Amino acid sequence: MFITYLLRELRRRMRQAIFIAAGLALGVGLVITVTAASDGVSATQGTVLRSLYGVGTDVTVTQSPTAGSGGGTRFNFGGGPPGQQNAGTSFSRDILAGGGMGTIKSSSVTTVSGLKDVSGAAGALVLNDVKLSGTVSAGGGQPGAQGGSGSGSAGSGGGSVNSSSFTVTGVDPAHDALGPLSSGTVTSGHNITTAESDSNVAVVDSNYAKAQNLKVGSSVTVAGKTFGVIGIVQAAQGESSANVYIPLARAQALANMPGEVNTIYVSAASAADISAVSSEISRALPSATVTTSSNLASEVTGSLSSASTLANSLGKWLAVAVLAAAFGLASILTMSAVSRRVREFGTLKAMGWRSRRIIRQIMGEALVIGIVGGAAGVGIGYGAAALVEALAPPLTASTASTASGSGGPGGRFARAASSAHTVSVHLTAPVTLGAVALAVVLAIAGGLIAGSLGGWRAVRLRPAAALARIE
Amino acid sequence: MYRLTDVTKDYPKGRGVVHALQGVNAVIGDGDWLAIQGPTGHGKSTLLQILGALDRPTSGTVELNGQDLTGLRESQLTKVRATSIGFIFQTFNLIPTLSAQENVEAALVPLDVDAGQRRERARQALAEVGLGDRARHLPSELSGGQQQRVAIARALVKKPGVLLADEPTGNLDEGTRDEIMTLLEQLWREHGLTLVTVTHDSSVARRAQRIAIMRNGLLTVRDSAPHGT
Repeated sequence: MFITYLLRELRRRMRQAIFIAAGLALGVGLVITVTAASDGVSATQGTVLRSLYGVGTDVTVTQSPTAGSGGGTRFNFGGGPPGQQNAGTSFSRDILAGGGMGTIKSSSVTTVSGLKDVSGAAGALVLNDVKLSGTVSAGGGQPGAQGGSGSGSAGSGGGSVNSSSFTVTGVDPAHDALGPLSSGTVTSGHNITTAESDSNVAVVDSNYAKAQNLKVGSSVTVAGKTFGVIGIVQAAQGESSANVYIPLARAQALANMPGEVNTIYVSAASAADISAVSSEISRALPSATVTTSSNLASEVTGSLSSASTLANSLGKWLAVAVLAAAFGLASILTMSAVSRRVREFGTLKAMGWRSRRIIRQIMGEALVIGIVGGAAGVGIGYGAAALVEALAPPLTASTASTASGSGGPGGRFARAASSAHTVSVHLTAPVTLGAVALAVVLAIAGGLIAGSLGGWRAVRLRPAAALARIE
Repeated sequence: MYRLTDVTKDYPKGRGVVHALQGVNAVIGDGDWLAIQGPTGHGKSTLLQILGALDRPTSGTVELNGQDLTGLRESQLTKVRATSIGFIFQTFNLIPTLSAQENVEAALVPLDVDAGQRRERARQALAEVGLGDRARHLPSELSGGQQQRVAIARALVKKPGVLLADEPTGNLDEGTRDEIMTLLEQLWREHGLTLVTVTHDSSVARRAQRIAIMRNGLLTVRDSAPHGT
């Protein structure tokens, strides 16, 4: 009788039931979509942070350049004092420079790796290889050049000057699980081994290799030295990578920076220790800049940050508002339906039906509507999440560079981990079982709330008053 | 048997009070048929609701088979309604989404009768009122007279001692009215029911053993029906 009565009543109020279920479905679908988008944004943030850091890295240590240090990269042009070279004299220089980052003693890597709560540390040297070539025109002068990748400009001498640059990072092959190469995938050849620590070997980023037509077995010139390409590495999605990786020892030697690094990649023993590790490093290296993932996350800007704000703030409140409206609508319509059935319930009471049996009947009807709305909402949520994945434009994230250094071109520094990176990532919107469970719970809750209010109204009816009601 | 002693019922209305019943005293014996007549708004339906344990008097006592209904809790009154009292209404009050059979079965739900027995008893009750072939019809597919027959079957399927009818023929044409009253009279005799009908229709009232007039909240037994018992 319960089921028969319930189904017949729902069939009689089909349009109203569909309307209520649609409202609940919309609210539930929105909750799933927003939850999925929020999860996607979180995952994307994780991807961004990993790409900015490197897999396994929890903390990076850099050093601000001291005031006045880091002046423009100097090129030593032979053939006489500047301004006294003869017109038509050709010149060509290829140098490796630090690119404006402060340096840290290699011994600091050992210091950091020995700290409590630190599971590993690796030093790296982030450099720029700058090539200048050309001829001196009448009037002479020493061509000048600024560090920085990829730019070419005439020097002050006014001669014909060609310049090119690419980024080079010296990596420690003894710690390849940490640092700039840790998140990449070697697609051809192999990574630098400890046996190749002092060899002129290079691993080249896949995009740079494609642009320069390099492959394993090719050679690349770094600071005038020929390096054999032993591997091609593909950076992880969204990762900003160096163009060429060479052994740290060779980078130090060619940049004339023996015993120095400019970035230390650190992994903590556990995620809970990151804050402690940060403090320990700050104590051990007071002048160093220590950056953790949470620092970096707070500095992430761009459309990813906007998407995060949108998902977490507007999306959350929009979902709550729609869900509240759906609950309110369901409750009002259920109470309205109860009002129209006052005589029916009065008759049932006159026949000896207990109030709780009538409440059960009303709640059963509301619950079925809630479950149908929930099921439809799950479908809507999956569909909307798929649409978000398909239609969302790529998100970009940038970490701000800090202009606190000084000293001309070299004084502009960026944190090593962030290095004013901008990465582009595709937003995913994964629908989790937890979100589906939440949706089902919300839909059932919506049904129960509406049913409870309807039942409460029915119970308050005195049978005599209910029977006297004129319909 | 009903015994009513000094029963009053007051309703608040605006800032005042309506005295619907002003000291009703009556005895309705087992198997009696009492018809209550009177002008609209003079307390007929209020008295019927109090007899049916649908409402409580403001003062006085209402005894049914020696049990004072005014002292019972709501759940106990519900049980009395479920087991001992059947109702028939002017507007039939059938559940529109349930078939004739299911409407009759609904009266057995509070008694926790198992589904099979419920179906069988409902089928028999419908056959008794001449609607054995209309069991699967919805109320909207039945005439007014047929709907009232279903309502009578629903009231009697649980075999109550008391049948209370509020204007049972108020919505029926003359021919159907006579059919329904003939049926009620037949069932009253066969089941030995205590039957109380509220009606405006004197031809309906005249079928009862006794006629009482309700005026200004006071009940006066005024006449006896010609056929008596």
